[in-house]
Amino acid sequence: MSQARASQSADKNQERYLAVYRWMLLSRVLEEKLSSLYRGGKITGGVFLGRGQEALSASLGTALRKGDIFAPLIRDMAGRLAFGETVLNATRTYLGSRLGPMRGRDGNIHRGEPARGYYAMISHLGAMVSAVAGGLFARRLRGETGVVGATCVGEGATSTGSFHEGLNMAAVEKLPLVVIVANNQYAYSTVNARQYACADLVQRAAGYGVPGYKIDGTDPSACIEVVHEAVARARAGEGPQMVVADLLRLVGHGEHDDFNYMSHALKVSPIGRDSLDVARDQLTTAGWATPAQLDAMRDQAAAEVEEACGTAIREPLPDPNTEDWCAIHTRRLAEGNQL
Amino acid sequence: MFQNQPTTRASAAITYLEAIRAAQHKLLTDDPRVFIYGQDIADFGGAFKATKGLAKEFPGRVLDSPISEDAQVGMAIGAAIEGMRPIIEMQFADFSTCGYTQIVQHAATLHWRTGVPCPIVIRLPSGGTAGAGPFHSQSMEALYAHYPGIVVMTPATVEDAYTMLLEAVEIDDPVIFCEHKYLYYHLKADALPTVALPTGKARVARPGRDATIATYSAMVHESLACAAELAKEGWEIEVIDLRSVKPLDTDTILASVSRTGRLLAVGEAFPWGGVTAEIVARVATEGFDLLDAPPMRLNAKDTPVPYHPNLWGTHRPTATSIIAAMRRLLKA
Ligand SMILES: Cc1ncc(C[n+]2csc(CCOP(=O)(O)OP(=O)(O)O)c2C)c(N)n1
Repeated sequence: MSQARASQSADKNQERYLAVYRWMLLSRVLEEKLSSLYRGGKITGGVFLGRGQEALSASLGTALRKGDIFAPLIRDMAGRLAFGETVLNATRTYLGSRLGPMRGRDGNIHRGEPARGYYAMISHLGAMVSAVAGGLFARRLRGETGVVGATCVGEGATSTGSFHEGLNMAAVEKLPLVVIVANNQYAYSTVNARQYACADLVQRAAGYGVPGYKIDGTDPSACIEVVHEAVARARAGEGPQMVVADLLRLVGHGEHDDFNYMSHALKVSPIGRDSLDVARDQLTTAGWATPAQLDAMRDQAAAEVEEACGTAIREPLPDPNTEDWCAIHTRRLAEGNQL
Repeated sequence: MFQNQPTTRASAAITYLEAIRAAQHKLLTDDPRVFIYGQDIADFGGAFKATKGLAKEFPGRVLDSPISEDAQVGMAIGAAIEGMRPIIEMQFADFSTCGYTQIVQHAATLHWRTGVPCPIVIRLPSGGTAGAGPFHSQSMEALYAHYPGIVVMTPATVEDAYTMLLEAVEIDDPVIFCEHKYLYYHLKADALPTVALPTGKARVARPGRDATIATYSAMVHESLACAAELAKEGWEIEVIDLRSVKPLDTDTILASVSRTGRLLAVGEAFPWGGVTAEIVARVATEGFDLLDAPPMRLNAKDTPVPYHPNLWGTHRPTATSIIAAMRRLLKA
C-alpha cells in the first residue's frame, strides 16, 4: 500500500471511529437523562437501557445506510440514533408526546418508523428476525440490490422458536440479513447456563449455514471492524451473517431492577468494562482525539439532549377524546366501538 | 354465598400476589408431583415475585427456563403424561401466544384423543396496568376458553387466587389461570381461606334488584365501585363475579337476571367475541323472557392496549364508564 493510500485509510478509520463514538456518547447521555426522568416519576412504564452495549449498537447503526432495514431491540439506543432517529423523537416516545412517531399509543423501546426501514419491535423476542427477512425479500422481488437488513437480539432471544425459524428461513433464502447477538450474560436474571448449552452461541451459525463472527463487545475498534465487515458481506450478496458479541449489561434489566443477582466476578472481568471508557482510551492513544475534544463532544451531546427533553416535555399528551380509536387502515371496514 | 372462614389471623394483610405464592408453596409442600417452570422464577422469584423463595425451599422443583414458551408448555405436557403436575409461569400473559400451539392444539386435545389426561396449569399474569402498553397488558381468557378441553380461571379476590390455584393443580385438565396484575398489590385480605366455592360456581359479590352486572377478574372491582356509586341514588345493582369463564356459571347469571330483568356484561378484553359476548348470547337464548331491556356489553376498545395512561384509562372499562353504561341500561 502506498503511503498516501495508507494515510487515507487511516483517516477513514479515524472518521468512522469518531462517528461511532459520537453516537455512543449521545446514547449514553440521553439514557442517563431518561433514567433520571424515570426516577423523578416523569416516565410511565418501563425504561430499558443499553449501557455497556453502545459500541456494538453504534457500530451497526453506522454500518447501515439510508434505505437499509433496521430492527433494533431493547438495548439499541446508539444504533437507533445512528440510523437516523432524532433525539427528539426518541425522547417524545418516553414522555408520551402525541407528536412522536408512536403518538402515545406505544412507548419506550417499542418505537420505530417502519416507513423508512426503521422497524418497531414487538415485545415477543425473536419476532423481528423473520420480519426483517421479509422486508429484504420484498426488496429483492422488486429488483433492489445492495440493501442490507439488520436486527439485534440478546442471547435470551436466541432460545425462541421465532429466532430459529427466522434465521433458518433467511439462510434458505440467502437474504442479506445481519443478526447481531449481544450476549450480555443475563436475560433479565437468567444466567447463560440456564439459557443454552453450546460452548459459544457463535457455534449456532454453522448450524444455520451462515458465517459467524465472534467479538469482544466492549472493544469498540473490534466492534466497528467486524460489524462493518459483516454488513459489507451481506451487502455484497453473501447471505445472512451472524455476529456474536460478548459483553455485560451494565444496568438492570430495566430501571426498576436493582440487578443484585449479577455476579461480582463478571462485573470486574474484562467483559465488565465500559466500552465508552475503552473508546476514550483508544481514541486518545491513537492520537485521533484529545481528552478536551472528547469532553467537548459530551457537552454538545448534553446540550442536544437537554434541548430535546425541554421540547418534548412541553408537547401535548395523547387525548382520549380526540384519539382516533381505530386499529385498521381500511376505515370502511372498521367496526367502531359500539360494544 | 362465599364461605370464607379464615383460619390463620395473619398480622399483616395478604395480597393477591402473596396468595398466589402461598398456594404454590402449599402445592410444592403437599404434592411431590408439582414443579414450576418459567422464566426468571428460581432465585429471582419471578418478574412479579410470585415464586419468591420457593426455589431455595424446594431445590430442583422451581426452575428457570430458557425463553422458549412453546417448549415450556410442551415439556409440561410431557411431564403431565408421565404423572407430574407442572405449573408453567408465563412472564406475561401476552407471551403465552408463543406457546399457543402447544396449549390449544396439544394440551387441549390430549385427553379427548387418547384418554390420557393433561393436568397442567399455566399461570398468565394478565390485564392492564398504567404504562404497560400493547404487549404487557392483554387479557387472553377468551382465546383459551374458545378451545374445547381447557378450563379458564379468572380469580378476582385474594381468597380465590389462593383456593382456585390449589384447585387448578388438582384438576385433571389443562387450566389457564388468569391472574390479574392490577390486583397483585391492590387487593388485600386478612387471611387465607380453607373453604371455597368450587370452580364453575359464580359468586354474588354484591346483591341487588335493579340490574345485574356479570363480570370477572379486575372488572369485578370496577363494577363494585359502580354499584356503590349508584347506590347513593337508590339503585341496587347486583354484581356477579364469574370466577371462572370456562366453565361459565350460566345458572347463577340467569337466576340473577330473573330477579333484576337487566344485564350488563363487563370485561377488560377486546370487544369482538369473548366472554361478554358469550354471556349475552346465553342469556338471550336461555333467558330471553327474563329480560326487561336489551342486554348490554362493555369491553375494552377495539384497538391494541395503548401505552399512555391517558389513553389506557379510556381504553379499558372503568367504574366511570360502567356507571355510564348502567345509566343507559336502567333507562332502557
Ligand atoms: C417471547 C418472550 N418471552 C418473554 C419475554 C419477556 N422478556 C422480556 S426481555 C427478557 C429477557 C431478554 O433477554 P435477552 O434476550 O438476553 O436480552 P437482554 O435483555 O439481555 O438484552 C424477557 C424474558 C419476551 N419479551 N418475549
